[in-house]
Amino acid sequence: MAWRRLRRFLLPPLALGAVVALLSAASHRPAPVAPPTVGFSTGFSAGRSAGRSAGNAREASPGGRADRDTGRGAAGFDAVVTAVDRVLATRREAAGIPPADVADDLTVLRRLWLALAGTIPSLAEIREFEADGRPDRLDHWLDRLLADRRSAEHLARRLASSLVGDDNGQFVVFRRDRFTTWLADQIHANRPFDAIVTEMVSRQGLWTDTPAVNFVTQAAANGRIDADKLAGRMARVMLGQRIDCAQCHDHPFAPYTQAQFEGLAASFAQVKFTALGVEDDPLRVHRVERPAAAMPATAVTTMTGAVGPRNVPPRVPFGAEWLPARGTHRENLAAWLVHPDNHRFDRAIVNRAWAIVFGRGWHEPVDDVPSPGDARDPGDLLDLLGADFRDHGCDLRRLLAVLGRSRLARLASTHPALDSPAGCDAVADAWAAFPLTRLPPAHLIGAMVQTTSLRTIDQHSHLLTRTIRFLREIDFVREYGAVQDGQGTAQPATIPQALVQMNGKFARELVAANAVTATGRIAGMARDDEARLELAFLVVLTRRPTAAEREALLPLLTAAPSRGRGVEDVCWTLFNAPEFCWNH
Amino acid sequence: MRIDAVDRRRWIVASSALGLSACLPPLPARAAARRGRERPAALVAIWLAGGPSQLETFDPHPGTRIGGPTQDIPTRLPGVRIAREFPRLAERMDRFSLVRSLVSKEGDHERGLYAIRTGYRPDPTLVHPAIGAIVAHELPAPGLELPPFVALGSGQFPSRGGYLGATLDPYRVVVPGRTGQNLEPHVSGDRQARRLAALAALTRSFEQGRAEAVRRTLHEHTLAEAIALMGSEQLEAFSVTAEPQAVRDAYGDTPFGRGCLVARRLVETGVRSVEVTLGGFDTHAENFSGQAAQAAVLDPALAALVTDLEDRDLLASTAIVVCGEFGRTPAINPLDGRDHWPHGFSCLLAGGGLAAGRLVGGTDPEGREKMPSDPVEIADLSATVMAALGIDFAREVSTPIGRPMRLSSGRPLERLLASGA
Repeated sequence: MAWRRLRRFLLPPLALGAVVALLSAASHRPAPVAPPTVGFSTGFSAGRSAGRSAGNAREASPGGRADRDTGRGAAGFDAVVTAVDRVLATRREAAGIPPADVADDLTVLRRLWLALAGTIPSLAEIREFEADGRPDRLDHWLDRLLADRRSAEHLARRLASSLVGDDNGQFVVFRRDRFTTWLADQIHANRPFDAIVTEMVSRQGLWTDTPAVNFVTQAAANGRIDADKLAGRMARVMLGQRIDCAQCHDHPFAPYTQAQFEGLAASFAQVKFTALGVEDDPLRVHRVERPAAAMPATAVTTMTGAVGPRNVPPRVPFGAEWLPARGTHRENLAAWLVHPDNHRFDRAIVNRAWAIVFGRGWHEPVDDVPSPGDARDPGDLLDLLGADFRDHGCDLRRLLAVLGRSRLARLASTHPALDSPAGCDAVADAWAAFPLTRLPPAHLIGAMVQTTSLRTIDQHSHLLTRTIRFLREIDFVREYGAVQDGQGTAQPATIPQALVQMNGKFARELVAANAVTATGRIAGMARDDEARLELAFLVVLTRRPTAAEREALLPLLTAAPSRGRGVEDVCWTLFNAPEFCWNH
Repeated sequence: MRIDAVDRRRWIVASSALGLSACLPPLPARAAARRGRERPAALVAIWLAGGPSQLETFDPHPGTRIGGPTQDIPTRLPGVRIAREFPRLAERMDRFSLVRSLVSKEGDHERGLYAIRTGYRPDPTLVHPAIGAIVAHELPAPGLELPPFVALGSGQFPSRGGYLGATLDPYRVVVPGRTGQNLEPHVSGDRQARRLAALAALTRSFEQGRAEAVRRTLHEHTLAEAIALMGSEQLEAFSVTAEPQAVRDAYGDTPFGRGCLVARRLVETGVRSVEVTLGGFDTHAENFSGQAAQAAVLDPALAALVTDLEDRDLLASTAIVVCGEFGRTPAINPLDGRDHWPHGFSCLLAGGGLAAGRLVGGTDPEGREKMPSDPVEIADLSATVMAALGIDFAREVSTPIGRPMRLSSGRPLERLLASGA
């Protein structure tokens, strides 16, 4: 506890240092593809950002790097999109439910931004998007976003939440910031996902200069590795299997046994911490002390009967033939994990990518994916996308592009059947409309922060702007309550959360109309109340108000004691609307 | 109060636009006004975070190899002596039962607190609800505008609603005596009313083509409840300024003392689940002065809480549990400290359906036996508290993914129930 207090004392400056390091590292990198923030018609402040990134726009070729076949025009890309659409059409037809109408482009743009960048489009981006006359402009913008550093950083944060959790961990040997930055670098370089995972599972080295090892050091406890925790996490995130239920008892639904779990955990038993960081000590063995009797009263179980400490050798629960002949236990484990025949690996990441793009997994919970059959089933969505993922070098960007390009991503979240409880269930089950899901706290704050600025907040923003954004996010998420990635998107908000959003310090600062906030600029520079209302809608909800909404919200502006107060009231209302808080 | 009467009327009008009238029934025949055993049961859980030393609190062994300099005093409970640092509590010990033999399998703070609060060991695939959340879930309080589960004081590892849902996470008040965070709208009643009217219109607009889906988000319902809370007169329960100075003095001029006083006020108002946290017990160094400093805070507050509840005829309906996540080692380390010890630590129980005047278990005065006599598993402790409150502790509920879980995996100790032998 004393150490925790000391750590709490030390953390803020360290965290700040980490932010600065992270931000400066990002800005020293050769400029990645950036969304150019060129002129928008209201005219104010447009000039300041227009020139800087315009040059980058030329790099925004579909799919980013030429050496990987991501994106439109790449091998088999349209075919796999069509196949996905066909699987979903079959499902809808079987349920007898027609698909929803097609959503308008701005709605789709907003969802893609929330899914892949964790924020909403800026007014500058909206203006540029609307000026883009290409019929397939959404596809171009999807590719551009996927190649953007913002997207890599966002995806890294989301994946890190599952890979290393959100707890503090043992600070001395665990550096989440390094891990997340490293992961963002890998994603931005579009490195094959199997190579990224191999490095996490098997690398040796120091948590600071070999950030991948933080996947292992997250499970450090008192100078040793908690192999159970690590094995359980790995199986859930990388295989979509909840093998860790078998830690205390045999899995109630899936065919895992306590012995299999212990064998998997034993693969991490050689890990030791030295001055050189994580190493593998071939002499170490996995000692299990738990009595085999500890189990919840309700669990279906078969007791192994073993009591007292025993040595457990590494063992994999299936596919032993994929293990290489030589290597450290962890190298062997990594090779087995990403082996092309280990379909659980690709099905797990496909399900997670699906949850990133559509708000909920194809299977829920996202880390409990049904076991695959012996052969790939092209009618099974995870098999279909898993095979494509493997055939194209475990290309995460291509996978996300396929999902963002699919028909489901373009469907409206309205549907005639959504007026009744039974209809809601049927539409959800058949994926007949884009799902309505609650924004995770980090997305909510990301969207709120973006609305403070009419320009895009990205790696080209001023260091101070980005630092403020980072610290505000931490504060907000701490007060609002963090939700581990992939969880809680269907749960309603709580009363304290509603209070944070309505009355919290952050929300207050955000809507305050002054010289630097968007609210202040909208109040000061738009030509009349109608224009102010429209701008506020575009900035906060990425759309224009309907006639009925104009009528309902204009009184906020006309009755207000001042223009600034009026725009504050409009923005407060928009921030607290379900449309802002729920992805649609 | 922050929101004046005129504003409150405007709010009520505006809130009705949000469908508020539907979600808040009028107060029933003042369940909160009832007293004695007829009153709906409530729980006040007092968590002593960091691991209080059983040897410096309720299980001292002065004059032994392990006892250290701590002295003991007699109490109103015949044959039971506690540390000298608890003189006021000693006068009230006949209202309590004392367990000196709790055993846990968790020796880490976060995991230990999880275990003692939930009755289960941490599970990577599931978050179990804290007992406070279970009480709030199982014992609804119609007409209550305040949150059903309130946590007072700062704690590093907050209790959770777990698989019962985030809506059963406790409402946290870090500085007891102040009203909770974010309850002020920061704009005039006029502006707030206009905002809420516009928000209702915007919500209707979003419902087009997905009415039921939007209803399922409970967005408007949650907002309405939050707004009702902002304007609620029941918020007075969070303040101690209306209490006579003598009462405030009795609890002690400390955040924890105010927390216990607020806990009483909340229970009186109708909240059925409150927890108060006192940290600072993690004395790996200078154990004796550290524990004594916390005793000086705990002793008056706990004694005053029991007295106050009894004076108001609320003790028979309010169960009190006082416990840390584990105890401290019999051995004294070279820094004059004691380390974590989950084998045989103490817990106080009072009120509600719990027995008074019982003593369960004991630890070896010489510290040679690791396990205490008559050990009590923490799962059994949580089952006991639930049983005392009339909760079906063995009831199986379904988690969001359909996994069946018992509210408690333990069995109540009949000896600790008021109804028991």
